[in-house]
Amino acid sequence: MNNDYWRANLKILSILLLLWFLVSFGFGILWSDFLDQYQIGGFKVGFWFAQQGSIYFFVLLIFGYIYLMNKLDKKYFPESEEDEKK
Amino acid sequence: MDTQSLTYLFVGLSFALYIGIAIWSRAKSTNDFYIAGKGVHPIANGMATAADWMSAASFISMAGLIAFLGKDGSVYLMGWTGGYVLLALLLAPYLRKFGQYTVPDFIGTRYYSNAARLVAVVCLIFVSFTYVAGQMRGVGIVFSRFLEVDINQGVIIGMCIVFFYAVLGGMKGITYTQVAQYCVLIFAYLVPAIFISILMTGNPIPQLGFGDTLVDSSTYLLDKLDKVTTELGFTAYTENSKTTIDIFCITAALMFGTAGLPHVIVRFFTVPKVSDARKSAGYALVFIAILYSTAPAVSAFARMNFIDSVQETEYKSAPSWFKNWENIGLIAWKDKNNDGLIQYSAGNALEGVKPKFNSETGEFGERSVSNPPNNNNNNEIYIDRDIMVLANPEIAQLPGWVIALVAAGALAAALSTAAGLLLVISASISHDLLKKTLMPNISEKQELFYARCSAAVAILIAGLFGIYPPGFVAQVVAFAFGLAASTIFPALLMGIFYKRLNKEGAIAGMISGLIVTASYIIYFKFLNTHLNTSDNWFIGISPEGFGFIGMLINFIIAITISSFYAKPPDHVYEMVDSIRRP
Repeated sequence: MNNDYWRANLKILSILLLLWFLVSFGFGILWSDFLDQYQIGGFKVGFWFAQQGSIYFFVLLIFGYIYLMNKLDKKYFPESEEDEKK
Repeated sequence: MDTQSLTYLFVGLSFALYIGIAIWSRAKSTNDFYIAGKGVHPIANGMATAADWMSAASFISMAGLIAFLGKDGSVYLMGWTGGYVLLALLLAPYLRKFGQYTVPDFIGTRYYSNAARLVAVVCLIFVSFTYVAGQMRGVGIVFSRFLEVDINQGVIIGMCIVFFYAVLGGMKGITYTQVAQYCVLIFAYLVPAIFISILMTGNPIPQLGFGDTLVDSSTYLLDKLDKVTTELGFTAYTENSKTTIDIFCITAALMFGTAGLPHVIVRFFTVPKVSDARKSAGYALVFIAILYSTAPAVSAFARMNFIDSVQETEYKSAPSWFKNWENIGLIAWKDKNNDGLIQYSAGNALEGVKPKFNSETGEFGERSVSNPPNNNNNNEIYIDRDIMVLANPEIAQLPGWVIALVAAGALAAALSTAAGLLLVISASISHDLLKKTLMPNISEKQELFYARCSAAVAILIAGLFGIYPPGFVAQVVAFAFGLAASTIFPALLMGIFYKRLNKEGAIAGMISGLIVTASYIIYFKFLNTHLNTSDNWFIGISPEGFGFIGMLINFIIAITISSFYAKPPDHVYEMVDSIRRP
């Protein structure tokens, strides 16, 4: 059913966007100064999230999305692998 | 071979490659011209998107900006990559499913209104031209510094190349040249970064190197940098000097703006399937992340090297790069204490910030500037932040071929972005303005002809921007992202996720977002530049971050107005349902 597909899609989106907010606006900005008191190697943790970590997590999030959506597509639309060609 | 001949060789070879690809992939139909016949492989599209996205600003300016901003520079790193998450999750797959040619096309169809389409065309043209102007300046800088041709000639050469492959090849030609340009630019960015990382920290991976200890010492590079910058009167390199709310809003405006940039969105129209649009956003971000994660390392190295090599150096024995950049006016030195040594510290060295050179030479052979010195500090150096990446290989004394490579890479970055922008401008004129609004009866052949004409006109205008650069290029960047965030992004997002939004709401939302954001930026950046300080800003938000507020206003107005008018017609509901299915 189409509505179930859409609802499942929205659920995936909400979880991933929450993580997106957490690694960038959260760790990189709002709690960055707090995290800066911890240091790993030469990096303060907050600084690392702001200039490195957030970018790596963004990449992971998109690939997570691709994986979850492909699974969802297969479940709800098993036959329509080919997109209509216009 | 000397650096000069090597530069000519590298740039010449890369240009020959782009032209060869353009001839091989000519566009034969409007489908080819606008969206490359929907036949682009996701990995190739990812590379093309990355090249399209990473402009002269990313390649040349960004690391330099971060070098001087320190942790505040993170807004660019997070803002210009995080937008891809939004793009991949919220827009790309649905817009690909919609399956038309342009961004205004979607807005016009979804809001069943040519007025909405026109508002979108205006925003798009404004955003894209703002951007093109910056690319042409990049081309000018590279040509004048490395090839020693006149800036104007450099711009004209650049225009001819772009003209050739954009007008001939359309989206198809641009896509495959962008793939080649990505390879050139990423190689050119990584090679010097790796070299410098090894020289300074002994670690060949720049991303790890800038968190490592300095060679022959147990001090971490960033700790040393914090210490040195604090001593010179700056905020420590790894600490923010902007307020948290401002950083939050700037990052948000850049992210939502990125997701609303038409030349990026349209790239996802070129892949065969919806699932490919997702994949290609993922690949695009991987290719972008390679450069963006290297950039902050380059910044830290550059800042350290810059301080080490100029601080308390006698001007007469200053390194040659210092004098080369002084010659083209991007570095200036004013010996405030007449000791013949260069002193660098916080604050602007000169009154009026930018140096005005007169024809004389000073006591030590420096170019003399007519600005009075700024006596509030002891800083004697003016340095244009744009030069750090280009000067970096010279500062670190890398071999000539690396310097030549960087020149070719910077040109690839500028040209690939310029081409992508020119294409969306031409498509929105020939397709949205002519075919869909003014001249609905033209044939496909005629439309293709008009598309090529408008691409040609757009290139000429862009070239004029390069030759007579408007003094406000730097200011208008805030504009491009602010407007994309406050107009295009909300219209697209609600078009997909909020079925009830009707044309009245969408148009009111876009126009109010546009007016609020534009007035705030114009007020502080153009009319009252002296008031542009955090005390006067609305709850401490700088004009750069105001696009985020404009976006919130857009959402509120659109949803409110929408509730007073009739629901959208049934066929719109069906259309939204259909784009929600993969």
